[in-house]
Amino acid sequence: MQTRNFKRAYVWQLPVRLFHWMNALAITVLIITGFIIADPPVIMDHHEANDAYWFGIVRFTHFVAAYAFLIMILMRFYWAFVGNKYARWAAYWPFSNKAIKNIMHVMKVDVLLLNDKNKELRDISVGHNTVAALAYIAFFVLFLVMIFTGFGLYASMSASWFPQLFTWVVPMLGGDFTARMVHHFAMWPIILIAIIHIYLVFYHEWLEGRGEVSSMFSGYKFVRTERVISSDKEEKE
Amino acid sequence: MSETKEKRQETYYESIIRQGYSRRDFMKFATFMAAYMGLETSAVGQIAKALETTPRLPVIWEHFQECTCCSESFIRSDHPIVADILLDKISLDYTLTLMAASGKQAEAAKHATIEKGGYILCVEGSVPLGDDGNYCVIAGRTSLEILKESAAGAAAIIAWGSCASNGCVQAAAPNPTQATPIHKIIKDKPIIRVPGCPPIGEVMAGVIMHYVAFGKLPELDRLGRPKAFYGKRVHDSCYRRPYYDAGLFAETFDDAHAKEGYCLYKVGCRGPMTYNSCGTIKWNNGVSYPIQSGHGCIGCSEENFWDNGPFYERLPNMTGFGIESNADDIGKIAATVVGAGIAAHAIGANIMKRKELNKRINRGIENEENIKA
Repeated sequence: MQTRNFKRAYVWQLPVRLFHWMNALAITVLIITGFIIADPPVIMDHHEANDAYWFGIVRFTHFVAAYAFLIMILMRFYWAFVGNKYARWAAYWPFSNKAIKNIMHVMKVDVLLLNDKNKELRDISVGHNTVAALAYIAFFVLFLVMIFTGFGLYASMSASWFPQLFTWVVPMLGGDFTARMVHHFAMWPIILIAIIHIYLVFYHEWLEGRGEVSSMFSGYKFVRTERVISSDKEEKE
Repeated sequence: MSETKEKRQETYYESIIRQGYSRRDFMKFATFMAAYMGLETSAVGQIAKALETTPRLPVIWEHFQECTCCSESFIRSDHPIVADILLDKISLDYTLTLMAASGKQAEAAKHATIEKGGYILCVEGSVPLGDDGNYCVIAGRTSLEILKESAAGAAAIIAWGSCASNGCVQAAAPNPTQATPIHKIIKDKPIIRVPGCPPIGEVMAGVIMHYVAFGKLPELDRLGRPKAFYGKRVHDSCYRRPYYDAGLFAETFDDAHAKEGYCLYKVGCRGPMTYNSCGTIKWNNGVSYPIQSGHGCIGCSEENFWDNGPFYERLPNMTGFGIESNADDIGKIAATVVGAGIAAHAIGANIMKRKELNKRINRGIENEENIKA
């Protein structure tokens, strides 16, 4: 059996990796504090209110993480226009022929787990594949929902100018109650997509051994030499 | 202001004095109203002056699909002048429940006011649009017809209570009568929404007083509610707020924490989502308000409060997902399904991709051998 040559390809630039991990951290903090805010546990008994401020601190943490999250999203949005081709907005565009073909292929090979008879080099995605791109678009939409409902709810308890930009959100939804429910409910698909995302990263790493996991630390993935050459050709054409 | 040659209209001040109140009572009343409106002390003079010089404002008060709790709340507002003078005896040209006149006389008075125009139309209750409006018919005419007629000459409309502002209970799903709030029917008039079931009497008086004293609508928020009374959440002025920040909550209504007066957040208090003045102005002459009485706020001044139940849970039930399932229940089920799907995929991958994986492993082993050599 012939062994294959793999080349190191710089896929995830530093801002992308930074975004990924800061975002993961912010979302984790937001989800944990969010759950606590929605249903605070009993951690103290028979105290006076002036003895403690723990719930206030939890909420404060939630708001700080929300700002961090927002800044990261804005940075990533900017990077979609100046980053490399794996980070650019075009990598998320799901309506080209190539993208649709890729979606069909991923559905067949990775979701339904069927095997290709003849492997095509073009089918190997160097960055994320198009189904993953769809998941990230869903993420982005959910993030917007969270940001708008979150800051909309926050506006009534803040005097600073930024949250005031969102004061229209709550009346549009009909009140704090609905806004809060949307904010709470939209968290669940984020959790679910995140779980699937983590699983699929492990799956690709396990099956393909191309450094899927480490790429988000180092930025490099390993790509078959032939794929690199064909990709070069593609670009020249 | 409108001193006509015929007969000068009585001002508020004149009628208040005629009713037997002293100047001192009158000044107290002006101060009291200024305080409720959140104005500074210099505005007291302005209010007093307005009441001394402004002829009474004609008011038509319509009752549609409602329970009259708004009227009840208004006439129990804690200064006697409010009920006595502002409304009952002087200002009201037409109201089904409180006026002495009846039948044709009453209708004639109303039509005279409508023809003159420039009056304030107060609407209590929602308007049913279903089945040609036949769910609410007064004197053979549907409420929609009556509302459109009365609104025609109005300078402004005050939508009293949650019925007129949001639809309230009548509009609760599935809304059989298609109860509709006023602002969805009348589009060409300034409308002040004063939600609450009922709104606080002092708030109602404050809204009318503002119009009388300053000749214009009070500052409204994006939902058309006066900011002075609906600018803050009940939560923000709640005396139990320190317990909330300290994370001290009653778990049930009969536990020791409830007895100690801890925050009612976990037993479904809607204070954090409800914009109203209950925490500051309170009810029944400032005696108490729901949270002070040990019961969480039910958010009666918020839209759809009736459908966002149960009242004693933080998360509302989700319609369309079966009875009594909230966002978390649905989320947990979805997470279980996803988990099962992942497990199935992992098992499937081990079977289906066995050959491919072995190939890759063998290649790896070969490379390893090469390195050794």
